Amino acid sequence: MGLVSRLYRGETSFPLIHKRKTFYAISVALVLICLASMAFRGFNVGEEFKGGASFQFPAKGVSVAEARTVIADLGVHDPTVQTVGTASGATDLRVTTGPLTQPQIDSITNGIAAKFQVNPNDITESNVGPSWGKQVTNKALQGLVMFLIAVIIYISIRFEPKMAIAAIVALFHDLILTAGIYSITQFVVTPSTVIALLTVLGYSLYDTIVVFDKVEENTRGLAGRSTQTYSEAAELAVNQTFMRSINTSLIALLPVSGLLFVGAFLLRAGTLKDLALALFVGLASGAYSSLFLATPLLADLKEREPQYKALTQRVLARRSGSVAKSGSSFQQRAAARAAGTPLPVAATADAAEEEGDPVAVPPSSPASGAGRRPGGQPARKSNKGGRPGRPSGKRRR
Amino acid sequence: MARPGPSRGTLHVGRYFGALALLLVVLYSIVLLAGPGGKPLTPKLGLDLQGGASVILQPKTQPKGDQLQTAVDIINRRVNGLGVAEAEVVTQGNNIVVSVPGGSRDSIKSLATTAQLRFREVLQSAAGSPQAAQPTATATPKASGTPSANPSASPSAAVVTPATPAATPSATANSRALSKGLLAAGTPSPSASPSASPAPSASGQTGVRSGDPYTPQAFAALDCSKPTARTGGSNDAPNQQIVSCSQDGQVKYHLDVAKVVGTDVKGATATTNPTTGQWEIVVSFTGEGQRKFSDLTAATLGKQVAIVLDGVTISAPTIQSRIDGDAQITGSFDQKSAQDLANTLKYGALPLSFQPGQVEIISPTLGKDQLHAGLLAGGIGLIAVVIYSLLYYRALGVVTIASLLLSGLLVYAFVTILGKQIGFALSLAGIAGLIVAVGITADSFVVFFERLKDEIKEGRTPRSSVDRAWVRARRTILSADTVSLLAAIILYFVSVGGVRGFAFTLGLSTLLDVVVVFLFTRPLVSWLSRFAWFSNHKWTGFYGPDGGAPVTRPPSRAASSSRPVASNPEV
Repeated sequence: MGLVSRLYRGETSFPLIHKRKTFYAISVALVLICLASMAFRGFNVGEEFKGGASFQFPAKGVSVAEARTVIADLGVHDPTVQTVGTASGATDLRVTTGPLTQPQIDSITNGIAAKFQVNPNDITESNVGPSWGKQVTNKALQGLVMFLIAVIIYISIRFEPKMAIAAIVALFHDLILTAGIYSITQFVVTPSTVIALLTVLGYSLYDTIVVFDKVEENTRGLAGRSTQTYSEAAELAVNQTFMRSINTSLIALLPVSGLLFVGAFLLRAGTLKDLALALFVGLASGAYSSLFLATPLLADLKEREPQYKALTQRVLARRSGSVAKSGSSFQQRAAARAAGTPLPVAATADAAEEEGDPVAVPPSSPASGAGRRPGGQPARKSNKGGRPGRPSGKRRR
Repeated sequence: MARPGPSRGTLHVGRYFGALALLLVVLYSIVLLAGPGGKPLTPKLGLDLQGGASVILQPKTQPKGDQLQTAVDIINRRVNGLGVAEAEVVTQGNNIVVSVPGGSRDSIKSLATTAQLRFREVLQSAAGSPQAAQPTATATPKASGTPSANPSASPSAAVVTPATPAATPSATANSRALSKGLLAAGTPSPSASPSASPAPSASGQTGVRSGDPYTPQAFAALDCSKPTARTGGSNDAPNQQIVSCSQDGQVKYHLDVAKVVGTDVKGATATTNPTTGQWEIVVSFTGEGQRKFSDLTAATLGKQVAIVLDGVTISAPTIQSRIDGDAQITGSFDQKSAQDLANTLKYGALPLSFQPGQVEIISPTLGKDQLHAGLLAGGIGLIAVVIYSLLYYRALGVVTIASLLLSGLLVYAFVTILGKQIGFALSLAGIAGLIVAVGITADSFVVFFERLKDEIKEGRTPRSSVDRAWVRARRTILSADTVSLLAAIILYFVSVGGVRGFAFTLGLSTLLDVVVVFLFTRPLVSWLSRFAWFSNHKWTGFYGPDGGAPVTRPPSRAASSSRPVASNPEV
């Protein structure tokens, strides 16, 4: 069965956690490259941040060079003139300058109207004070901090603190990568970019939560058994949600690519392009980080807990005793998947489900598995983090 | 559709659809009927989509208490004074955002200036506009102490009725009370001049404006009959002599450097004079301000002192005696005009001055164009999502499409109604938020469908899988939507500018996503699962445990009766 087909059926078994050091290395390298670029190359910040004025008006056949001369004659040093598209297919000219005073702006508006025979009402102008961009940025940072705090609290309550840590690390990874791309490519950074960056936060976490939700499900009551280590259960979860995660990311990327197409190719400048670019990079990075960074990190964090340390030892001991002949659980599962057969009953949570349902008599699911578990309560508590009435309870039959 | 399910405990699909239908009917009756003149409401568009002018005013210092609200009030009054319809003045964080839909560049220019109060000695005055009659009392820098030669009489020659304060300490025929020597001349009420103010020529060439530095040429050129000349103000430097118009445009002044400025004023209140019953304004000064004011009045005995706000002279009373206490400005005020002036003085006294953070004037053509671009981007994104869902989920893609359509209907209704109710205006960033939210809405199906796929692969029948998958997907959807909503809410309350519109639509769509998934998608899938084709993997792409068709064998029927899957508690 081809990879696509296996992906489609959710039957992959990528050793994402097994090979986590490799992925950590990749992420660290990418982050370092981005940080270095930010430190040495800096950003190409738009006039909204530096303060400056811009004018946009129908080109009506005026060339960029002509326009530049005329604008320069109006006393503007070093104007940037570019053509931009419009949805109706016409071409506009866009002039960007440094900070101007109101009289200067008036004279330029009048000048453009006179020289290019443009109705003054067709001239779009924007003038941004130098401190405005700073305020936008400060507000964005403020929002970022508040958001992080809120999310840490939410995930800690809804899932558990360690998941919050892993999710936040993945979040920073995405932010740094997105910002890094802007620095490396020297795309213009505008307030819209900042908006997009903030949205990336939401998405990055959205994605991570989809995966963590499954991890939590797979590891519920795990510490009471000795079938599977935490890492293995987490890896299974990542593989089970692999297609879901790719799907959610793809589906989120599709509308954004619509934005990007219209913004970058049709209009060539403005809010849509600024938004879409950052969103696109951020979403892609978010999809990567929730699978390849957040979950392995979570597994690493969890494996440090005494109960999971003990579990790992138990599992390994058991395996070296009985199951070892057939190789490690990773290989075993990979082999089983490759052969297109259901997993051996041995180790995995989903195997436990299959075993019980619908054919076999004891109805089972992770929750019902928990019922069988001998004295695994402490683990369960720590997983639940005090959410007595959550819906998952209904899953038990 | 409201048929009860075939077996007991089956989801009452009809109830969900009924609730949804009710919601839609209520929303759309509002949309269709609440518009002006019985016409349907349309979403309120932001300036960047319909053209217009906007300015974001940043305070130069940290506002305290209700300073910001006070500033909003005065700016509101100014905007209304300009006669601009539909102008909107709101605060965003510490900023004040003024937007004038369809407004041109002139409509907001003056708003960017700040309420700066100055007390300046009048050195010279003349009729407001060149074409007006020559000032009769060409009183020029009258050095004479004779109050009778008061140049403030000159405007009266032009038109103004309440002029001729005649300098006599006693109340004049104009019922002008005088107290502690400070007398209001000119018309204090901003709505005065019906005759001269409308600019006759549309030439609009702004020449000299009120508040510009004084030169003889500038004074001669100043034409106070033009509203643009009277909006001046930006360069009202306290250490320069300036030219200035009276508020009604009838008189123009040559004014000395400012001896007392707004920060010297402690407060101003409008009261009625206990003896005359007339409205007057009492101005109190700070310690330092009091000293300056006393000096000023001592030095200008018998002369006029102009009270200048943002470069425009709102009042030019004649000083009768040195004033060591509060100043009282009297004149033919009514309650409103007195309170307005008191407020104005107070505002001017506030150390809260603004700078324009961002001024935008968007041409209607570009606005319309941006709207089209946004819709186009949304269309492309939507089609891409539809194609992908059809490819990936085959027949179930139809569920996705129907849910997206429904979501679209709901969002449109909400955006429209909120535009009317709370003045929410859809901006380009807002449209981007909606487009991004398509992804969030579609995500919910992905989570649901992938769960369904898992369940079927594990060997359950498609029928029983739907309920199990839903219970699990619901948790994930709610968790993920919560984070998304959290992001939107925090963004909305913290951010400024375009970010807000984006956050608003993103949050709104996320909320509606929950509504759609609970009331529509899930019952719909549950209902569809009753049909035979739902169990065909060729239609759904859901494979059974052996990689082929899902389990639908008779044993499942037996099993399902013993396993009350379908009676799982719902929602």
